[in-house]
Amino acid sequence: MACSATAKILQPLSIRSAEKSQSCSKMLSPSSFLGSTPLPKKLFSVNKTISPLARRSATIVAVSSDVVKEKKLKSTQNLLITKEEGLVLYEDMYLGRAFEDMCAQMYYRGKMFGFVHLYNGQEAVSTGFIKLLKKEDCVVSTYRDHVHALSKGVPARQVMSELFGKTTGCCRGQGGSMHMFSKEHNVLGGFAFIGEGIPVATGAAFTSKYKREVFKEDCDEVTLAFFGDGTCNNGQFFECLNMATLWKLPIVFVVENNLWAIGMSHLRSTSDPQIWKKGPAFGMPGVHVDGMDVLKVREVAKEAVSRARRGEGPTLVECETYRFRGHSLADPDELRDPAEKAHYATRDPITALKKYVIENKLASEAELKAIEKKIDEEVEEAVEFADKSPVPERSQLLENVFADPKGFGIGPDGKYRCEDPKFTQGTAQV
Amino acid sequence: MLIKILTRLVGGGGGGVAAAPRSVSFLNKTFRNYSSSSSSSSSNSSSVKKMTVRDALNSALDEEMCADRRVLLMGEEVGEYQGAYKVSKGLLQKHGPERVIDTPITEAGFTGIGVGAAYYGLRPVVEYMTFNFAMQAIDHIINSAAKTNYMSAGNINVPIVFRGPNGAAAGVGAQHSQCYSAWYGSVPGLKVLAPYSSEDARGLLKAAIRDPDPVVFLENELLYGEAFPVSDEVVDSSFCIPIGKAKIEKQGKHVTITSFSKMVGFSLKAAEILAEDGIDAEVINLRSIRPLDRSTINGSVRKTNRLVTVEEGYPQHGVGAEICASIVEDSFDYLDAPVERIGGADVPMPYAANLERMALPQVDDIVRAAKRLI
Repeated sequence: MACSATAKILQPLSIRSAEKSQSCSKMLSPSSFLGSTPLPKKLFSVNKTISPLARRSATIVAVSSDVVKEKKLKSTQNLLITKEEGLVLYEDMYLGRAFEDMCAQMYYRGKMFGFVHLYNGQEAVSTGFIKLLKKEDCVVSTYRDHVHALSKGVPARQVMSELFGKTTGCCRGQGGSMHMFSKEHNVLGGFAFIGEGIPVATGAAFTSKYKREVFKEDCDEVTLAFFGDGTCNNGQFFECLNMATLWKLPIVFVVENNLWAIGMSHLRSTSDPQIWKKGPAFGMPGVHVDGMDVLKVREVAKEAVSRARRGEGPTLVECETYRFRGHSLADPDELRDPAEKAHYATRDPITALKKYVIENKLASEAELKAIEKKIDEEVEEAVEFADKSPVPERSQLLENVFADPKGFGIGPDGKYRCEDPKFTQGTAQV
Repeated sequence: MLIKILTRLVGGGGGGVAAAPRSVSFLNKTFRNYSSSSSSSSSNSSSVKKMTVRDALNSALDEEMCADRRVLLMGEEVGEYQGAYKVSKGLLQKHGPERVIDTPITEAGFTGIGVGAAYYGLRPVVEYMTFNFAMQAIDHIINSAAKTNYMSAGNINVPIVFRGPNGAAAGVGAQHSQCYSAWYGSVPGLKVLAPYSSEDARGLLKAAIRDPDPVVFLENELLYGEAFPVSDEVVDSSFCIPIGKAKIEKQGKHVTITSFSKMVGFSLKAAEILAEDGIDAEVINLRSIRPLDRSTINGSVRKTNRLVTVEEGYPQHGVGAEICASIVEDSFDYLDAPVERIGGADVPMPYAANLERMALPQVDDIVRAAKRLI
């Protein structure tokens, strides 16, 4: 992704087509088995849009797995996804979009409040990566975490209730939009500080490795850390790149480069805007992929995740993507050029997948429409559920501060405060 | 000298009785040495052995790591260097490099890694060379550790311990000498402990490692080398002290002196000097800054009617300020005199030895403050 610092609008297609593609690693040139199908260049200029892996050391370049090599030997009619996978991907992306659009509506109606950061336009990254994970794998995200939670499996009604601040939310209304946690689905947050999630994700990956080495379990759980372009200038990011490679942790660092950090353009704030290059500086592969195309993201993700599972260490994946809405619902979004927004709107990942699926006869228009209807109903139902759910009771204020509630100390009668039956009703002293 | 028998509160069992240490010889020879006769412990001197705080911490870490494989230690120089202050001596050799991890100099990074590991099931102990360096990681201590059980409504708890030396050492300058007890003590979701003796160090560290919540464990560098008598109970591997209960080191009736960490030693010395003038001071070792044992403190003030709070940190918004507020709220009518607050001088710690002495509370300051109240 060669961007000149003076250009305000990125012209990714024209720039990338000028890049050399022959030095691409084998891993990132699945075009060989798409080659026979005459389909729009937009979706299939794969080998032109993916930058080469760093040629820093042989071990890093030779990431291509036998799986990919096998694929090339198969018949050229082979597509990237099967029908079932296609429908799963479509449903997940459409759920993300419908949910976020509903959030916007609810916010303007006053049902949601505070900071709400929407993910419209970036669904390909979340779906492309998270749909490859098992339930035990972990996802750590930023404040733009609704769709990551949904893709990982947290039910839409729980996320919606959480946003409404109701007690049936996934965090009982105590977390909010920016703090989605789910132990069951291994969503480890939801962090408001950028860069905060990266060391936490590295820690979860560290735990996987610890389980293998100390507990001698057969643990191949992988962690994905999602964060943005602005975070890549933060110190913690580099600290973790160092430690992840040093200890060969099973983690994939996924950069959702949407070019804007609130109103700060990536090009104005970064000395070297090509984030994928920062991986090889620390000894891990750095990959750049078109984040508006879910199939490309999925191919790269497969390789990165299986690399981590095999114990070969971390990968840095930079997904070039775009958010259609502002930074948050409170952001007037005046600094971005409308022409840029219009350009990316034509590369909507959902429309692109829909086109691919229909043109490759994986599914019919009717089937996709059925999925859309089902998702719309699910989101409506989530809103109704959230509406009808109760707000937290007064006694919930003091709950969950500590896992061991004796942490509130000793009351005037000499016993632990939490043992006082009136403690959480607010009538006992804190 | 009076023999003091003190009652020690032990969670989950009957109260034990032990002879408490009353005098300790300080490393710093500029202080007058108040060594008393050791006749007080002559009754059980054969079974009372001495243990330094360093050994107490080391043995506590070792035992907890043996008991639970999920416990690991990470920090700078904890492994091959045997610990920056030799607290983790021998642990690398015994438990291996997967469990005793030398980290690069990246406080924010490795604290976050510890927190993430705690989210996902391990029980890390993160060591800081001093808590001053923990300021680079304070975002993780507060935002991703302390607040997470609440933000996730109990989904994810964080059984992590952050430990390291806190407060002033000897001549290390302003950036190595701040006391953070007030900072961490104000954060809901954290438990903050400040041990004094070896018994405190062992019992509280074990309790902290077994605790399912984030614990900030504030040690003191100058106490590491001090030896305290310990009973057999303390040496037992299941010994634990409950979090949130203060200890009355010395009973008294004229004035209450609250303190924690190194200041407990100074307070005990001050109590001896006051006793010579007929003032019977009650010395409370807070042990736990958060949750603060308000009931013990209030109970004591209701008995003596006078209070002196002693701490090493800055007075404004400090632990002493919180104790004063607590007394005013709960035991105002019992006070016969205003509360005296003793803290470090309101300046960054100077380097020159005489200035440093002036910047920290000394035994004389405590004695004078107590006398002002009587």
